[in-house]
Amino acid sequence: MKVASKGHSLFRIDNTRRVWFSNSQDKIDILETNSKAETRFMVSPSWPDTLNLTLVSPDSRTVFSLIIINKAGGLIYNKTFHEGGLNKISTNDYLVLAGTFHGVHAITARLNPVKPVAPPPTPGTNEPPNRPEPSSGLEVLETENFRMQCFNTLTGTKFLLFTETTQTNVDVTIKRIYDLYADYVMKNPFYSLEMPIRCDIFDRKLLSYIREINNR
Amino acid sequence: MAASKASRIGEEIWKTRIDKVNAELVTLTYGTIVAQLCKDFEDDYPEVNRQLDKMGYNIGLRLIEDYLAKSNTMKRCSNFRETADMISRVGFKIFLNITPQVTNWTADNNSFSLVFDENPFADFVELPDDGRAQNELWYSNILCGVLRGALEMVQMQVEAHFISDVLRGNDTTEMRVTLIRYIDDELPPEDD
Repeated sequence: MKVASKGHSLFRIDNTRRVWFSNSQDKIDILETNSKAETRFMVSPSWPDTLNLTLVSPDSRTVFSLIIINKAGGLIYNKTFHEGGLNKISTNDYLVLAGTFHGVHAITARLNPVKPVAPPPTPGTNEPPNRPEPSSGLEVLETENFRMQCFNTLTGTKFLLFTETTQTNVDVTIKRIYDLYADYVMKNPFYSLEMPIRCDIFDRKLLSYIREINNR
Repeated sequence: MAASKASRIGEEIWKTRIDKVNAELVTLTYGTIVAQLCKDFEDDYPEVNRQLDKMGYNIGLRLIEDYLAKSNTMKRCSNFRETADMISRVGFKIFLNITPQVTNWTADNNSFSLVFDENPFADFVELPDDGRAQNELWYSNILCGVLRGALEMVQMQVEAHFISDVLRGNDTTEMRVTLIRYIDDELPPEDD
């Protein structure tokens, strides 16, 4: 029996529920997980019969924080959900981050070669020429500890979500956040467009949604 | 995207993702707004039209996010014809449960008509018979503003106005929508 104690980064679990050891190619399938975040694994023939491992990092699926950038590159929302996940930086640094990302996003979008325009479906009919698909620009930034995914809406608002690198379904999470934004920010008659978001109901709905994900 | 696909999307969202309210609440609320504007501006109908358009514009600027979030739109329309179909079969469908006909295209594909066979705003409505409202007031003018605001947020500058209304005794209710230009990313002028 081998026990990996908390704090040791010995393995990671991918979304096929298979455990990978960081120092080798060995992998094992998960048999069951109990409520104390202990996991029993089926092991490959070269390993002992059973193996009990305590999950090294119980929050290996965590959404750290959310940033919303308006279409002019201004920071309009910034919320941290998980203390200790990322270091705190000053509000001013967040503003710089938002502005810088906005600029880098715009430039990377220009780097992308424009896809050739698809010809109209049936030549000869009165179909107008198609507009070229705009290029997406920078979508993901990744470091050793976190991953930042950008969702750029068609109106130009950007949602940046900072998560663990192992986080799955980030795009689903961001879309759901966009739903909440459309409802509780845009439909609040006293919210002025493009201005910092100070909407209590949005905060509450967002927090409870993210808490649900982080506690899964 | 084919028109039939747009219809299917609109139908699907309407069935599964939209909270419904009593139609009369909408009709009566809108009626109250128009009537109050007529009172406030002392039956200056052109001004009432302008105010309705302005209110609609402000709604459109916000409503577009709801449209995009609900319809899960990930890519922009590839041409103005597709835009027109999406407006009618998804936009009008999910917000008002109507699908106005898209018709009367100009040859350059930059201008079309929306013909409203039904108009939930206009139920129970008779325009005042002061001899002017029939010729000057566009009762549902708020819709023009909504389209203008919503399309502006997705980089399309359009002009929209009604050209006929059954409330005025016309045979149809028809709105004309014209694309003025695509607002492509305008870079600020460089300081050389």
